[in-house]
Amino acid sequence: MAKYKIVHYLNQFFGGIGGEDMAGVEPEVRDEKIGPGLAIAQALGEDYEIVATVICGDNYFGENLDKATDTIIEMVKKYEPDVFVAGPAFNAGRYGVACGTICKAVEERLGVPVLTGMYEENPGADMFKKDIITVQTGNSAATLRKSLPKIVNLIKKMATGEEILGPSAEGYLERGIRVNYFAEKRGATRGMDMLIKKMAGEPFETDLPMPKFDRVAPADAITDIKNAKIAVVTSGGVVPQGNPDHIESSNATKYGTYSIEGMDSMSPEDFTTIHGGYDRQFVMKNPNLVVPLDVLRELEKAGEFGELVNYFCTTTGTGTATGSAAKFGDSIGKKFVEDHVDGVILVST
Amino acid sequence: MVKGIEKYGIPVVHMATVVPISRTIGANRIIPGVGIPYPLGDPTQGDADSKKIREKMVRRALKALQVPVTDQTVFDKDI
Repeated sequence: MAKYKIVHYLNQFFGGIGGEDMAGVEPEVRDEKIGPGLAIAQALGEDYEIVATVICGDNYFGENLDKATDTIIEMVKKYEPDVFVAGPAFNAGRYGVACGTICKAVEERLGVPVLTGMYEENPGADMFKKDIITVQTGNSAATLRKSLPKIVNLIKKMATGEEILGPSAEGYLERGIRVNYFAEKRGATRGMDMLIKKMAGEPFETDLPMPKFDRVAPADAITDIKNAKIAVVTSGGVVPQGNPDHIESSNATKYGTYSIEGMDSMSPEDFTTIHGGYDRQFVMKNPNLVVPLDVLRELEKAGEFGELVNYFCTTTGTGTATGSAAKFGDSIGKKFVEDHVDGVILVST
Repeated sequence: MVKGIEKYGIPVVHMATVVPISRTIGANRIIPGVGIPYPLGDPTQGDADSKKIREKMVRRALKALQVPVTDQTVFDKDI
């Protein structure tokens, strides 16, 4: 029997090309299984073969979404795979977005079943979980072993056309798809059961979860820029040399507030970046690339806006839980209200 | 962080390279960055030109903060 063919997508890191310094590499394809593909292939057994691995740098993909997608589609097409697998991306944000983007494109343009895997807080998960099957993984590659059985099971089902069950049964992120089935108990009974559990303070599973609209309405525009107070915030990990508050280079649990009083520019002697998610060489040489103090001071002196707040707030955006980021934002927002800030420039890397 | 600050009624302009992420997290005023390791400027073009790019982008950010928006808006051109 011919083997089922799988094409696998990896970023530069999992593809073994390199770390952040290689995140700009263009897509390439190799006729072999690589990195996590070895574990997936082994678990799949001899009826399945990873015939090729496409590797693309996360920055290249993020900065050239359309071009990278087109190139990779052409690469994948030649192999006529039965299933296309991307990642898993765990909690790597750019990688997650790349996996989701390429999976969606492969499914739409080539009609091939696709699968990826991510940690639920990966921004790519929110963007694509409704479109594609996204196996729920932990937040680091150390959890691959745990999610591997789910990945393998779904690949097999996709290849053979076997029915894929609901998200909790198969271990993928909920897609918001309703499927008809015969329940053992009628609606009235289920409703009463839920009510009794709720009254007893016990956990219960609703038949119809409400969507979460986590949006904030746009704030009013600044009407008097000549007198406006502007503040800078960044998730780019720019901190004073020595990182006095020990902000983590990944999965930050805190942010820092640092003075820029009397400075005309972000000097590399005073500031650096501790961000663990991008190639830091440029920002270490010139922190103004992330905290644009040089330009803001000039515009402030020229009267283009009222006043620059004499400090900036900073943290590391990579791998940081959205819950932590929301807390930082709330705390920074409160301080800005106290300090009568009129507008904020928030720079992300 | 964008939403945490903006919920206090202070407009935030998010300058970020991967615009789809910025959209997903719910930023309302977005300016695309130049590149992930250098959002504001382009050091590969030399310091002087890199700073010019940065100045243009910061000017755009100040303008974006003065534009009333009702929905997520990407300011990818000069206003």
